This record gives sequence, C-alpha cells and structure tokens, in this order.
Amino acid sequence: MAFLDGTTQVTKPPVQVSDDARGYYTLGEPLVDPVAPTGPIKDRWTNRKFENRLVNPANRRKMSIIIVGTGLAGGAAAATLGEAGYHVKSFCYQDSPRRAHSIAAQGGINAAKNYKEDGDSTHRLFYDTVKGGDYRARESNVYRLAEVSANIIDQCVAQGVPFAREYGGLLDNRSFGGVQVSRTFYARGQTGQQLLIGAYQAMERQVAAGTVEQFTRHEMLELVLVDGKARGIVARDLVTGKVETHLADAVVLASGGYGNVFFLSTNAMGSNVTATWRAHRKGAYMANPCYTQIHPTCIPVSGDHQSKLTLMSESLRNDGRIWVPKKVEDCDKDPRDIPEEDRDYYLERIYPAFGNLVPRDIASRAAKYMCDEGRGVGPAVKEVDKDGNEVMVRRGVYLDFADAIGRLGEDAVREKYDNLFDMYERITGENPYQVPMRIYPAVHYVMGGLWVDYHLQSNIPGLFVAGEANFSDHGANRLGASALMQGLADGYFVLPNTIRDYLADAPFEKIDDSHPEVQAARQDVEGRIAKFLSINGTRSADSYHKALGNIMWEYCGMERTEAGLRKAIDMIRELKADFWTNLKVLGTADSLNQSLEKAGRVADFIELGELMCIDALNRRESCGGHFRAESQTEDGEALRQDEEFAYVAAWEWGGEGGQPVLHKEDLIYTAIEMKQRSYK
Amino acid sequence: MNLTLKIWRQPDTSAPGAMHTYQVEGISPDMSFLEMLDTLNEQLNEKGEEPVAFDSDCREGICGMCGMMINGQAHGPEVTTTCQLHMRSFKDGDTITVEPWRADAFPVVKDLVVDRGAFDRIIQSGGFISANTGSAPEANSVPAPRDKAMRAFNVATCIGCGACVAACPNGSASLFVGAKITHLGELPQGQPERDSRVVGMVGQHDHEGFGGCTNIGECTAACPKEIPLDVISQLNKDLRTAMKHGH
Repeated sequence: MAFLDGTTQVTKPPVQVSDDARGYYTLGEPLVDPVAPTGPIKDRWTNRKFENRLVNPANRRKMSIIIVGTGLAGGAAAATLGEAGYHVKSFCYQDSPRRAHSIAAQGGINAAKNYKEDGDSTHRLFYDTVKGGDYRARESNVYRLAEVSANIIDQCVAQGVPFAREYGGLLDNRSFGGVQVSRTFYARGQTGQQLLIGAYQAMERQVAAGTVEQFTRHEMLELVLVDGKARGIVARDLVTGKVETHLADAVVLASGGYGNVFFLSTNAMGSNVTATWRAHRKGAYMANPCYTQIHPTCIPVSGDHQSKLTLMSESLRNDGRIWVPKKVEDCDKDPRDIPEEDRDYYLERIYPAFGNLVPRDIASRAAKYMCDEGRGVGPAVKEVDKDGNEVMVRRGVYLDFADAIGRLGEDAVREKYDNLFDMYERITGENPYQVPMRIYPAVHYVMGGLWVDYHLQSNIPGLFVAGEANFSDHGANRLGASALMQGLADGYFVLPNTIRDYLADAPFEKIDDSHPEVQAARQDVEGRIAKFLSINGTRSADSYHKALGNIMWEYCGMERTEAGLRKAIDMIRELKADFWTNLKVLGTADSLNQSLEKAGRVADFIELGELMCIDALNRRESCGGHFRAESQTEDGEALRQDEEFAYVAAWEWGGEGGQPVLHKEDLIYTAIEMKQRSYK
Repeated sequence: MNLTLKIWRQPDTSAPGAMHTYQVEGISPDMSFLEMLDTLNEQLNEKGEEPVAFDSDCREGICGMCGMMINGQAHGPEVTTTCQLHMRSFKDGDTITVEPWRADAFPVVKDLVVDRGAFDRIIQSGGFISANTGSAPEANSVPAPRDKAMRAFNVATCIGCGACVAACPNGSASLFVGAKITHLGELPQGQPERDSRVVGMVGQHDHEGFGGCTNIGECTAACPKEIPLDVISQLNKDLRTAMKHGH
C-alpha cells in the first residue's frame, strides 16, 4: 500500500547496533543529499527542472563536457548535450561507440505508458521499483525515473528504434520479470542493441554537426581535479600508447558496472571499474559496492579456459522445470536415463507456491546449495573450497523442457524459445530439445556505484555519474527491463537538466596542461604504466584476475558470511601484494598493448574487491542481491534489518594502506510503506 | 585437440607483417575460438613472447567488435561471429590460418586488429533520423505497419563487424550501408531525410575507399546476422529515387 502524497507518516532513521566490520573501517560524518527535493513527490522533478538555472545558448558552445563511456547513459548524454550546443568530448575504450555493452541487453525496457490499460501508472512503476530494490533506493530518484520513462519511448521511436508492433501498427508490450502489468517495450531479444544504436546514431549526428568530438580506443586512467573541482581526465590512446590530458568544465562518468570483479560475468571482456575507481581514489564516494545481481539462468562454466558467461532470458523458467539428481552417483549419468523418482525438482519442492518462478536471488542460491551438496551436473570444474583446497565441483542444474514439449509439442516450444535454444546449442554443442539444458547463476549487474545526489553529481563538484556507474535507482536489487530505462533516463532527460545548474556558475578558472595539478595527474599515470612494465615477474594480469574472481565468487557471491568475508579480505590483500611484485606484462607503453590495459584494470578490481567485502561484512542483513547467512528467516528467506541498515553506505577512500571511511545516508520513505517479501 | 596456428603478426600499421606458426595443445572442443587464442596468449606470455593482439568485447555475438579471417573465411566456417565459433568445428591435428579483415578501407592496427572507423564516418554522413531529445511526439501517434517494422528490425540487427567488407572481393560495404538505408527507410520517421541519407552515406562509402558492388553475394553469405542481399537493391533503388529528386 502506498501512502498518498503529503501524509505525515515517515519511516524512522536507522540505528546500527551490529558492527561486524570493526577494525576494517572508520566511521565518518553522516551524509545527506544536499539537493534532495521536497514537497509532493509527483511535483519534485517538475519543480526542480524549473528551479535549476539555465545556460544561455550563446554561452553553451564555450563550455566543454567530458563524457566517459558511450553506452545508453553516455551515448544519450553526449547526443543530448551536443544538441543543446555544448562542446562534448566523448571517450570509449572500444573501436566504436556502438560496441558499448548496453548492446547485449536482451529483454526490454520498462515505461509507464499504460498502453494496455491494465492499471499501470507512474506511481505503480515507482512502487514496483522501490519494492523490487528491497527498500534501499531513494524514493525521489525512483519517482523521477518512473516519470520520465514514457518520454524515453517517444524519443526512441522518433529515432527509428524498431520496437515490436501489433497488427494495427501500434507498439506492443509484454510483462516481464514477474510484474503484473505489461509495460515492457521490446525489439525481439535484442532491445539493448536497438536502443544503443538509436543513441549511437544520435551521437554520430552530433559528431557530424561538430558539437561532439569522439575519442575511440581511449581509456580514462585518471581524474583531474583542480581546486577540488573535476576539470578533466588523463586518458591513454590505446593505439599509440600516448598519455593525453583532456580538460573541460565538467566530467561525466558513464562507464558502466564492475561485475567483472568476479572475472566470470555476463559483462563484456573490457568492462571495468577503472574510471570510477580512479575517481573514488580522488575522493568520490563509492556507494553500496556489495550490491550485486546474480542471474539464475546462464550457461554453466565448461572448464578452466572459460572467459565469460552468457545469459539466457529467464523467460525459460516459464516452461522449463529445474532439477538435479537425488543421488550423487547419478550426477554423471545421461539425464534421460534417470527415472522420475530419482529426480529432485527442488524449487517446486521447497517453494510450492512459486515453484520454478521464484525471484532471481532465491533461484540462484538454491542452485548453488544443490551443487555444494555434490548434486550438480555437467563437467566438473576446478575451484577452491572454503578451506583453501582445490576441488572439482559440478556447477550446473538441469532446466528440462521434456514436460513442456510433451504438453505443447516441440513446434510450440520452438516458436517461443528458438533463438535461445540455438544459442545454447552453439555454445554447448548439446541439443536442448533432446537433452535437458544445464544452467547456473552468473554475475550480471551491479546496483552499487559512485554515490550521486539528486542531480547525479558526486560529492566532487563537477563530477557527474550516470547509468550503471552510479549507485543509482535500483536499491539492493534491479528489476528486469529497468537497466535500459535508467541508462536512457539519466542520459537523455536527467543529466542534461541538472548539469546546466552546475555550468551556470561557469566560466571557471582557465587552466591548461601546464597547471601543476594536471601535470601531477599525468605523471601518476605515466608512473603507474612504467611500474606495470617493470615488475617483470612471472604471472599474467589475467591469472590474477581469475584468482580474484575465485575469491569474490566463493566469499562475496550468492551467500556471504562474517567468517568468509574476513577470510576473503585477507586473501585479497595477499593477492594484491603478490600482484605488485610478481606481475608480468610484455610489450611496450607506446603501442597497442592489451596486456598492459588488463594490468591496469585488474589492479583496480583488486582494490574494489576488498571494499566490496568490507561493505558486505558491515551490512549484517540480507536485502536484494546481498544475502548474509546470519540474517535469514527460519525458512531460509532473506531478512532485512530496516531498523539498522535502511541507509546508503557511501565509502570514502582512506588512502593507500588506510581504512575506508563509512558515511551513512539514511533512507527515509514518505510516499511508500516498507514491507518484507515472501514467496512461499 | 592439438592444433597448428598460422597467424598474421604485424607490429603496427606502417610496419610489414608476416605469418607466424604456433602450436597449441590440449584445446577443448568446448572452447570458443577466442578462448583458444586466450590459451595461446597465456602460453606466449609465459615464454616471454608478446601475445597476439585481437579485438573482442561482449563475446556473445552482438557487439561486433571481434572478427578475423579464419582459413580464408570471414568469422570462419560457421554463420556466426568469431566469438561464437567453437573449437568443435575443427579437428585434432588441423592447421588453421588466422588473418585480419582484408580491405583497404580497414587498415591493420596491429596483428589481427583493424581500424573500422570508416563505418562510424558513414553513419555520421546520414545514418540517423534527426530528432533532438525532447522534441519527439507521443510514440503511438505515428503507427508503423507491422511488416515494414519487422523488415526494419531484421536489417537493424547488423552489428557493424565488417565481415561483409572482408568477404567481398571488391572490399565493398554495400551490405552495411544497405542495411541502414533499409532500416530507416522502412519506418515513417525515416522518410523526411530518405534522399539526403542515401546520397550522403554512399558518397562517404566511396570516399573511404570501399569498392563497388558487383552482386557476388559473398557479403550476405559471411554475415553473422544473415542480412539479406536485397538491402543492396533497396540501396540502389533509393539512390536512383534521390537522383531523380535532384540530389
């Protein structure tokens, strides 16, 4: 039940009693969003757009904005700010802006259009998103997201995004991720691709118009601060190896998420945390870093050689039945030879009401428990157990369509899932019409990221953060089809309306490359590159990345415990020391050197990994994608501790070898009531 | 599986390149082609030899970043991207030749990495619909016939990998340009700029040094997204119409 706007009922601020992470951090001053809006929730964004100062069109072309990343958030922001007349410098590490990993999103994009007249509204999308995020997001931000969602669809259609349509030529919708209304717009299973191409084309149009300057194969390696303001970046031209400084009036980071800290994830090979982590080391707070979304239906790991994981739409769970053998000795048998009575349809057994359709985190954890018991299926892969021993474990459970094929016929199943079945067969070499699919959870999205205020500005003036890179609007868990919505909302509609309020204070002090702070940032980067090349040890950056991934997955993955997290922190610290003494990077600094690029990314992932474990250790509650074994109901369900943890954990860099500083921003709800979920 | 790899190595755009031979052992048929190259690179790194540079990013067949000539075929023997090609398509003892995309308009950057910046510049020259943020009308105010919208979607699945160019004896990017012309030309929103779009994109295509189309069809055979050849007919038709309109 949502309260009407303007009621006086307000949730209480949390008071933390437990202190699991004592000794690993220092407590800092509480944090408040300095630009948090007030008044009735439905008027907040409208009023703010009016209150924010304007920049005269004639002045805009004198102002420059750096945007790092060209996914939905970065590409949309570059296009929109370019159209407005600002001088935009856009950076991406790929060879074209169109490669950004938003392109891989399959399912769709939510928008409160209510085209189906099924009771959807801005308020319902707002409510679903806050609830789905397990009450760990800011209500004003989420309301704004729901509010601009409808404009996104209008914008994309105008750009020529070929959404699915009905016979009358109007847009089609489907329901997605277990919500009860049909509000998801889609372009077959390639919605992310089509939206990104739309943003990319809009941005390329501005490149032609001269407002956007595009720097491909460039990687941001440092943030430049002058008098405490973000004024530029240091980037490396990945082709020539040249270290360049780029200066501007404001910097936007739209560099995506850091799921690759787990080595194996559904992220792209190059997805990394470096841009946001360098900003963090320069003072930007990292918020809720432990909030990770693990998706239950991915294709399992096939061996040590595995470089990434591939997600398959969870719509498969609508018709497939998930099971493992009851007996360990059956696990290497052909599944078709295992009789019905020897199969354990464990989700149907444990959660009779929801069965195979339980939420993502529950389905994921249950699969892990089955495999931990030794009842996993598929090839055994090497891993390190809790005691540090190398063991071979089968990491897979069956997703069986035999019943659905029997009930609906193979043709009907083919019509629904053909592309997914093909993709599965291409990767595994097995035909899922004949043999049950094997699936296993994989890291997919991170809700954590750089802390931002209502204007998407970090605690560093002039540094804005958009899309998955910020700690965003998803709280502790993101709903399906909401990542695309948030990326485009930030890029097209939010950021352009907030950054102008900051730029209204321009012109800022004139600076050039000779400024001592610019010089220092550049020298830091050059020193670091020289260091990577001079260690001359024995291990590749990739091997460290794998080792880090194993630690994170084992101790900071689907289930986290106090003892496990403490152990992980020790292991990461050892790994870090080894990295800086035994890394081997061949090649030179002044050429295309992919090993060198990886080394920089892995160095930052290692530091992030430690902070994620500290954040997870401190948060002695289970919420959304974060499950602490110490905080569960008698039935093994996630249990939130609102009275202690209804806050955003914003971490300040504590210096090399120092302890991170925790700033808490209390989450106060006035328009929505906090509830615990149940799926039994 | 044990394999012999013959790989093009070239330090940079201006330096001469050559084929180098490597042996890899213990390759699993479940590895993707790129994971096989990862394995080779890990071995090279251990031996103190610089790893082979190649592009890849999403590794799920959608970003278009990867691509190489494998035994003379763009993306290798299957109709898919290099990242989705698996080693079970090869046999133990095979010798596999690996080269970068071959086209004047895609200069080699290093080893198997090429510069496809020309594709971005073709898009800049008209591959868009001009609709500033905030100016869009209500999405359902302009219905789009379903069959046309579906054709638009089917060709909009182009991932810009460049396999069409690499496969074409003329080094033509007509399939890439035709796919964009058809995508935007099938939608009502794409009509106002239809003439200027095709003229601009074709002009840039020729300026970049891509060759002309002589209807050989290697492009569509190599395309991992199976973009049909008729987009090139559409391109020619739209260009003719634009000329008639005086462009």
